[in-house]
Amino acid sequence: MLHIFVQISKFLLILLILLYTFECFAAFRVEARELRHSVYIRQRVLMYFIHALAFAVLYFTTMNTQMIGIYVLQCFLITAILALYHIFYKEANQIILNNMCMLLIIGFIILTRLSYSKSLKQFFFCLAGLFICVIIPIIMQSVSIFRNLSWIYAIVGVLGLASVTILGRVEYGAKLSLSFGSFSIQPSEFVKILFVFFLASRLYDKKDFKNLLLTGICAAVFMLFLVAAKDLGGAFLYYTTFVIMIYVATERFLYLLGGGGLLAVAAFAGYHIFSHVQVRVLAWLNPLSVYEKEGYQVSQSLFGIGTGGWFGLGLNQGLPNKIPIVEKDFVFAAISEELGGIFALCVIFICLSVFFMFMNIAIKMRDDFYKLIAIGLATIYALQVFLTIGGTIKFIPSTGVTLPLISYGGSSLLSTFIFFGIIQGLYVRNMTEEEKGTTDLDEKKTKRK
Amino acid sequence: MKRKQRENKSNNPKTKEYTIITYLFFLLFIGMTAYYVFFMFFRSENFINSPYNALQNLFAEHVVRGDIVSSDGETLATTKVDEDLNEHREYPHDEMFAHVIGYATNGKAGLENQMNFSLLRSHTFFVDRMINDFSNQKNDGDTVVSSLNYQLQKAAYYALDDADGAVIVMEPKTGRILAMVSKPDYNPNTIEKNWEKINEGTSSELVNRVTQGQYAPGSVFKIFTTVEFYRENLNGLKNYEFECNGSFTAGGKTIHCASNQSHGKENLEMSFANSCNASYANISLQLDPDAFQSTLDDMLFNKDLPIAFESNKSVVSISSQDGKNMIMDTAIGQGKTYVSPLHMAMIISALDNDGTVMRPYLVDKVTNKSGVTVRNYKPQKYKTIFSEDECELFHDYLDAVISHGTAKMFIGQSYDVYGKTGTAQVSDSTDQVNSWFVAYAQQKGYEDIAIAVVVEDSGKVGLTGTRVAKKIFDAYYK
Repeated sequence: MLHIFVQISKFLLILLILLYTFECFAAFRVEARELRHSVYIRQRVLMYFIHALAFAVLYFTTMNTQMIGIYVLQCFLITAILALYHIFYKEANQIILNNMCMLLIIGFIILTRLSYSKSLKQFFFCLAGLFICVIIPIIMQSVSIFRNLSWIYAIVGVLGLASVTILGRVEYGAKLSLSFGSFSIQPSEFVKILFVFFLASRLYDKKDFKNLLLTGICAAVFMLFLVAAKDLGGAFLYYTTFVIMIYVATERFLYLLGGGGLLAVAAFAGYHIFSHVQVRVLAWLNPLSVYEKEGYQVSQSLFGIGTGGWFGLGLNQGLPNKIPIVEKDFVFAAISEELGGIFALCVIFICLSVFFMFMNIAIKMRDDFYKLIAIGLATIYALQVFLTIGGTIKFIPSTGVTLPLISYGGSSLLSTFIFFGIIQGLYVRNMTEEEKGTTDLDEKKTKRK
Repeated sequence: MKRKQRENKSNNPKTKEYTIITYLFFLLFIGMTAYYVFFMFFRSENFINSPYNALQNLFAEHVVRGDIVSSDGETLATTKVDEDLNEHREYPHDEMFAHVIGYATNGKAGLENQMNFSLLRSHTFFVDRMINDFSNQKNDGDTVVSSLNYQLQKAAYYALDDADGAVIVMEPKTGRILAMVSKPDYNPNTIEKNWEKINEGTSSELVNRVTQGQYAPGSVFKIFTTVEFYRENLNGLKNYEFECNGSFTAGGKTIHCASNQSHGKENLEMSFANSCNASYANISLQLDPDAFQSTLDDMLFNKDLPIAFESNKSVVSISSQDGKNMIMDTAIGQGKTYVSPLHMAMIISALDNDGTVMRPYLVDKVTNKSGVTVRNYKPQKYKTIFSEDECELFHDYLDAVISHGTAKMFIGQSYDVYGKTGTAQVSDSTDQVNSWFVAYAQQKGYEDIAIAVVVEDSGKVGLTGTRVAKKIFDAYYK
């Protein structure tokens, strides 16, 4: 009887997430506001259904009342996020808001399934995030000196990275975090925001070669510390963001090409210099051949994804905990294994729709500084999704990057909340400026100059 | 949306870069998605069926392990459920299919291992499955229909008698394996009980000698020496002549013919038919060792064979740095060369299949409990290793082995045999010799079959590879 309930709800969950994902992209097409509004409402109904159904399965398969408790807490949290946005930012981008909540819920479901205690911790991180959700957009709107702080970003950022390189502890071949007793923090998760602000503040008005060179040298210092900590996934993330922001700021295609070429050279060199890179590449090419050692993690991930198939095994029906650090880097494999390949594809498309919205906002912004911030954050977001999922499914070698909003981890979660807060702040700012009229804005600009 | 973007483009020149970046990432994501779909459809099987995949065993909670049957309908493995719902795996033919079917307790081996996932899936009619789910009853696992032929397996099993060794029979045109026998063997019905005893023993019952055996090939190896000689002397082959007086000496080493027999004046065909060691030692010194090595690598030496079974690589190494003694030894199949019977069966099969090696396989299809096909397995080409000319040449040479060479016992049968015998010394220190026979056989109205037989210590047991092969051919072409 239980078996059948699990199986039926498995298909229902897939149906619901398909509908949700469809609405994400349908919303792009709808022009009329009222119609769009109904899309948002439908999405919210769907996400509450998905959340409730998944936890019903988690409860009935474990008969653990804690499941109900944590469900109520999470439900309250999601409602609080939606309510706070409704009160403070009626103009906020509703698709981004919905997708943020949907991804959080997917994260809650899979983390609770993997480890109740980690899920509970994640919930408290989210509570802190709730505060960020509200405060960041306000700051983005009211504070206008962000563009003048470039050296502060650089100094704080480099210090943050240096602290890990010097004091951090080694995990899976790379130094990623600072520990204070049982509590640990990953500075590079936050420094990447400073990095984007630094680049934007250097590049929005001055585009001469001397300035580019200076900016490039500073960016190289950021990356050197990451390479020294053997966080090559992080270094790749920073580097690509740097190249794309330079390209967008200068409008010269050559920089994009040159950046790509340099990356190829660096990848080649990295492969020959770092033994743990060779290990990861080997595990990538043929994980089963080095199953006992380096290939173990990717193999377990692919066992899960493969055996789960398109429809998944059903929540609590698989063995996702066999995959090492499944709750962080390999959370996508757990989703694919138990919720199914179709569900997992929907997650990819929801993330893609978030990226499209970010880019859409970047395009619509009128101020170059904010434009650069938006594209910088959009790039980091998309790259993180790509690196995590790509590594999990063996499309690329795994890099030890987390899936924003879904993976377990306070630093990753809070920094993503900041991302989304900043983007929402920019969006609201742009909307209010548009309402005031563009002439008004242009006047302000000339005055400042 | 698109219209809006175009408007933006006209009054905001900065849109272009943003659009390019958007498309760049879009492509990246599409590539990733496409790979994911590709993996699910075409690559996931490798991982699902991997013996390391612990998830397979979860299915046993809801499914009664399915049967394995032979292509002629004999049940080879089945699960009996008693009144208390205890499940017992039973193998009706005891030792006869030991290695090829394998076992499913204390780890897994053979087809039980390779097809584990299929056996634990249920494709019974979905209404039945629903009813079972509601009533908390297990579903019936799918049936694996193997390519094994019960009659041939039986013939091979009894032909090998008490001797240790290996037999494999396959169809050259398809790669279907019809029989696979390895001795010494074990009884899969009692393996759980006898597990410790089997593992303590020294006779390696668990090793599947067909795929994992590492035998010196002896004169069977002359097939490779011949093909290399042919390739290096495309025109001068017909003129080859050798005067055999029973031995050949070079580099301080003397190579003897079997029983020191003098074969007299021989051309290449007669050297091959007589399996003349002296003549082949002579030939070996005319070959380019490095070219020979690369030919051997093409012939599937030193690489994993394309089969989803526990298997060992065949190894050979020859180079221009080797001394003459080493080169001569290698050319007549002694030295440091080791091959598996499966490998030799694939080589002889290729000669009967216009030079193309088919992927050897053991499963024809998977059906549900009531016989509806769930999945079919089709023959697959693996690699072409001989040219058509070479196949024609060997057809004559292998025929000469039967008509006036070392395997005359096949003269006058209803079927035609094309084969090569071999007698391989196990090591320099013992008198033990293994007897080889590899061949393909043809008769109108039958699929061709190919065979590779090794009889260990054939002198002592008084049995040769050719005798074993004959019993199997007789059973097939009756």
